[in-house]
Amino acid sequence: MFSRPLLRFVPNGTRINFMRGRFMGLATSAVLSIASVILFLHPGLTLGLDFRGGIVVEIRTQGPADFGQVRAALATQHVEAAGVQSFGAPDDVLIRLDAPPAASADHEARTQALVDAVRHAVATLPGAQVLRADAVGASVSAELFRDGMLALGISLLMILGYIWFRFEWEFAVSAVITLILDLTKTVGFLVITHFEFDLVMVAAILTILGYSTNDKVVVYDRVRENLRKYRTMPLAELIDLSINETLSRTLGTSTTVFLAALPLALFGASLSSFAWVMLFGIVVGTSSSIFIAAPILLLLGEKRLRRDARPPR
Amino acid sequence: MMYYSRLKLASIAAVCLLGVLLCLPNAMRQPGPGVPWRQIHLGLDLRGGSYLLMQVDMNSVTADRLRTLADGTRQALLGAGLGYRDVATDAHAGAVTFTPRAPSETEADLKALRAMPMAVPNEFAVAQRPDGSIAITLSAAAMRLRATEAVSQSIEIVRRRIDATGAVDPEITRQGDDRIVVELPGISDPERVKHLLGTTAKMTFHMVQDSALGGLPGPGVSLLPMMNAPDQKLPVADHVDVDGSDLTNASAAIDQQTGEWAVDFTFDSVGARAFAATTRANVGRRFAIVLDNKVVQAPVIRSAITGGNGQISGGFDAQSATDLALLLRAGALPAPLSVIEQRTIGPSLGADSIRAGMISLGIGFGLVIVFMALFYGRFGWYANVALLANLVLMVAILSLFQATLTLPGMAGMLLTLGMAVDANILINERIREEVARGRTPLAAMQAGFERATSTILDSNATALLAHIMLFAFGTGPVQNFALTIMIGIVTTLFTTLLLSRMLMVRWYARTRPTVLPV
Repeated sequence: MFSRPLLRFVPNGTRINFMRGRFMGLATSAVLSIASVILFLHPGLTLGLDFRGGIVVEIRTQGPADFGQVRAALATQHVEAAGVQSFGAPDDVLIRLDAPPAASADHEARTQALVDAVRHAVATLPGAQVLRADAVGASVSAELFRDGMLALGISLLMILGYIWFRFEWEFAVSAVITLILDLTKTVGFLVITHFEFDLVMVAAILTILGYSTNDKVVVYDRVRENLRKYRTMPLAELIDLSINETLSRTLGTSTTVFLAALPLALFGASLSSFAWVMLFGIVVGTSSSIFIAAPILLLLGEKRLRRDARPPR
Repeated sequence: MMYYSRLKLASIAAVCLLGVLLCLPNAMRQPGPGVPWRQIHLGLDLRGGSYLLMQVDMNSVTADRLRTLADGTRQALLGAGLGYRDVATDAHAGAVTFTPRAPSETEADLKALRAMPMAVPNEFAVAQRPDGSIAITLSAAAMRLRATEAVSQSIEIVRRRIDATGAVDPEITRQGDDRIVVELPGISDPERVKHLLGTTAKMTFHMVQDSALGGLPGPGVSLLPMMNAPDQKLPVADHVDVDGSDLTNASAAIDQQTGEWAVDFTFDSVGARAFAATTRANVGRRFAIVLDNKVVQAPVIRSAITGGNGQISGGFDAQSATDLALLLRAGALPAPLSVIEQRTIGPSLGADSIRAGMISLGIGFGLVIVFMALFYGRFGWYANVALLANLVLMVAILSLFQATLTLPGMAGMLLTLGMAVDANILINERIREEVARGRTPLAAMQAGFERATSTILDSNATALLAHIMLFAFGTGPVQNFALTIMIGIVTTLFTTLLLSRMLMVRWYARTRPTVLPV
């Protein structure tokens, strides 16, 4: 343990023929992504407070929560809750209110006033305390949503630009297509798990995109190196060789990031859903480097990247 | 590549030591001798507290200026013995318009108006319009300047009001053009603060135009509701006789005669002089004390008040009298503020989050260390030393800038640790490959460092790009996440490209092994 490694992920000099299964990989990915897009359209993402606006109040009651009592207390303050539900521990209650319709002139003021009404209601419950009380007005939620989407879009463009600048356009295009496929699957995962889509999720998705890109860059880097080294090798064989050579690293790094994010998913309190999305993204991002990005690169680059393979004119 | 000069060794060691030194204050309760006293601040989500995002009502800034401009226009024309009809304000165009008494007076009107005092050079332009009316239009530049000043002034007054409530470590910052962020650690029910900040507290003294009582108010007179009885309205002149901003002090007190709560105030010399002049000239008439467009009180002036002291009473209780006194002392907001986002975290949830973050960080760090030891042996342990240094340096940099740490920030640290070993893995795998190709240990290590470096730089650059975007477009906790990762990328490059490589090279130089432990 202190000198030579005890374990080995991948034996030296593997020669797995990944490119033979390329259509299989692309087809599986396409099916998953299409299913995700359908899920996105219906039932769609569960928007979080950041993007939906409204009010969320989390309270902790004395002893197991009595939902009827909480509802009755809210009714005395003339508050109509959209949802009173449990979360986490049995004595924790989450009260959710929709924002007043944005059409009314004083909807911002009413949104903020509602929180105080909920607080007054909670104060009447014996031993109950407010853990968290958030109120986001309609104008803010619209802005946060716009900024979140802008961050996602610009990041994709910058990644495209960077890889284009560092490699050739075939690499950049296949990377961004793969990232978009990764992204759709993550959205599908969010729909299935009912995790709330908010700014923190945008952060998770951007981190996944950064991580996934990083993984692709390492494989591409090797492809580029091998393109110079083996001037006559067919591209399919060359990509396979590059994937095999970097396989140990790909799996090693994925594992360490996975291990780092795992405790956060298990014990991370309010960040647990963020961490689950990260874990999902790590698995998707790693497999897509091998099964999606490489085949697309092969399709795009078969003629162009392998000029030397053709017989001399 | 395989040689480290003494200077380089010393610098790397010095950076690591400095990192440890900068981390120390976070583990100590009180400043110690020789330790730089800079700590990481805990974010509201870990410490508990309130976050309020407030919007400054810019329309009212324009409307206010137009009202005083209209008042000034009337005074200027009356002072020059000229007449006018249909004085109106157009908030959209930012202009005051009126029609001269007779076309022959137009030139004299223009001359009188151009002589009006301006708050800034070229604040407004006076011109005749095609239909014969005259428009006094505020310039866009002057309005922008006024808006910027209004926000800065609002921040100052918000700060004074919050300081007066005794809140600990409040943070008040500007966001964008017209927003103010207020962060109040430890305050888990912001209702009173919201009330204090939501009150403009603009107090002015006007004459009551009793002649118009009952009928419609004449020009320059508005019907204002009474504070205690909103249905009852009083005709009050728009002209401000004395401004409440000319106060030196205000305090809550019990009225000796009635036994009710009241607010005593003292004018400064300007206010006292104006107050004395107004009361002397209007004995027997009623004057109105107006607070945020509501009449608090409208007593009859019995004699000239020259002492510069006054009292407002109007059905206050202890809390409202104290709050009004506080607001008058702190000064009026130049424009109304409204809360558009609030987030509050109770202290128990904050403590839960700290525990959750610490447990995750500890276990995650442990798992990565065990993994590296099992799969990479000796070089894996060097990577682990670098990993520890990485964590120390991240905390050190956050402390140095006295940055705020939130739960997402802790997640960012954790992910950085997961990603940080990537560089070590890249180097190790490369060395392993070179060894398999039959290279000597020295050549294999050299090739490993050389080839892996460009890959490491590329992969970190793309991660950096994504997080710069996140920082630019995110808010609060998300920005904090992006910031810790960006700091983490820098520390990762240092610890892997310099520190862990140095450990490997030093080991090689010491032992000259014939076989590498890969």
